[in-house]
Parts: sequence; C-alpha cells; structure tokens
Amino acid sequence: MIDAVLSILAGLLILAGSLFAAVAAFGMLRLPDLYTRMHAASKAGSVGSGMALMALALVSHSGPEALRAIAAIAFFLLTAPLSAHLLAKAAYAVGYRMWPGSVLDEMPKLAVTTRQSDTPGSDRPGPERPAPDRRAPAAPERREGD
Amino acid sequence: MTLSDFSRTFLEVCVDLSLALLGIAFFLTIARIVLGPTLPDRVLGLDMLTSVAIGFIAVIGIDTGFVLYVDIAIALGLVGFLATVAFARFILARGKTGDDSERQDLRDMDDDPFAGKGGGNRTVTEDGR
Repeated sequence: MIDAVLSILAGLLILAGSLFAAVAAFGMLRLPDLYTRMHAASKAGSVGSGMALMALALVSHSGPEALRAIAAIAFFLLTAPLSAHLLAKAAYAVGYRMWPGSVLDEMPKLAVTTRQSDTPGSDRPGPERPAPDRRAPAAPERREGD
Repeated sequence: MTLSDFSRTFLEVCVDLSLALLGIAFFLTIARIVLGPTLPDRVLGLDMLTSVAIGFIAVIGIDTGFVLYVDIAIALGLVGFLATVAFARFILARGKTGDDSERQDLRDMDDDPFAGKGGGNRTVTEDGR
C-alpha cells in the first residue's frame, strides 16, 4: 500500500521535474538575452533535477540511498545559484549588455570596480574606456624597466 | 486492477514520458549551445546540460533500480559547478572579443537605446596583445 502510493508520488514528481527541465530548456532557447536565459536555466533547471532526485529518494528501499539522493539535492541547491551568480557577474562586468527591453539596471558601476581588482588581465582597459587611454602612460614605464 | 498494479504501470508510463521530455530538453539546450551568440550563453548551456543530465540519471535510477547512479550524479554536479566557476573566471579575464556578435540575436525594439552603437566591435588585439 505504502509502496504503491510512494511510486505514484515518484511518478508525478519525475513527470513534473522533467516538465520543469523541458520548460527551462525552451526558455533558454527563446528568451532574448543572456540574463533572462540565465533566469530560466538556473531556477527551473535546478528545480527539475531536484524533483527527479527527490523521486529517487522516495522509491529507494534503504535509508542511505535516500539520504544520498537528498544530499545531492542539497548540494545542487547550494551550487546552482552560486555558479549562475558568478557567470552573470562576470558577463556583466565584462560588458555583455542586457536586452534593450530591460526595464531596470541596478548596478551600472560594476564594470569599473571589478576591473580594478586583482583579476588576471585587469590591467586591460575596461569595456567603456577607449583602448589608447591606458596604453599611453604604460608604454614609457616599460622602457624604463628595460 | 489493484492499486499496486496501477502504481507500477503508472510509474512506467511516467518514466517513459519523463525520458522523452528530458530528451527534448537536451536537444533544446544543445541548440542554444550551438546557436548561442556569445561565450556566456554557451557556458550557461553547458551548465544547463549538466543539470538535465542529473535529472536523466535520477530517472534512469528509478527505472532500473540501480541507485549507485546517484553518486555519479553528485560527481557530475560537482564537476559542472567547478567548470562553470572556471568559465566565469575565464570570461572575466578574457573580456569581450570581436567574435561575440551579440547584436545579431537581440530583438529590435522601437526605442532601442543601443541602436547604432553596434556590438562586439572591440577586439582583443586592439589593446596591443
């Protein structure tokens, strides 16, 4: 009895999870720019795989297996927002623009502050800055070093 | 038809439908990776691909009853996370290149503030490297 109910529940969960994944992939194909695509992929995609793992935890017969599936869900829910945030921040700092229909851009200063950190290649000119501005003072310094 | 028979049949039908839907998700994601006009789009597609693969592994684990696949799913999630972090770092270090013809894919609006400015016209060789 309990097994039957659990497997029906698991079937519903994997169906809903794969629907979420398919909708996320469809949104990734159709949405206009990187940031909206990221909103589809990271949220709906992680919910989809989390639901499938939860169904696996429901139908597994021993405790450790269910616990491993739940640990995988926890791990995935921890890492998916982190990687999406890092990717969005890197793309924004480098200067990939939003879709022109975007209503609000709350951090216009990020490009400058990130460029002056210790990232490799931070001596390169920023996206808004024209290239010769920083090369002109940099060139004599290199000659003095020689 | 008892409840246990029904649940078994229902689970089989659900597994088949889920595998079909996840396959569709795979193909749509691969289409974004191939089409994706910029590098972050492709990295996002790879991230999505690992998450769809984890869902696939869970569904196949339910289908076959072979729960050892969950360990592979955890390892795949770890590898996907580290790969996305490394790619984000690489995008930050690389900057924007002339290959990113992002304006081609963005849909035009009537009052486009970026119209005419063009996209991806700054190349890496421009700063002397």
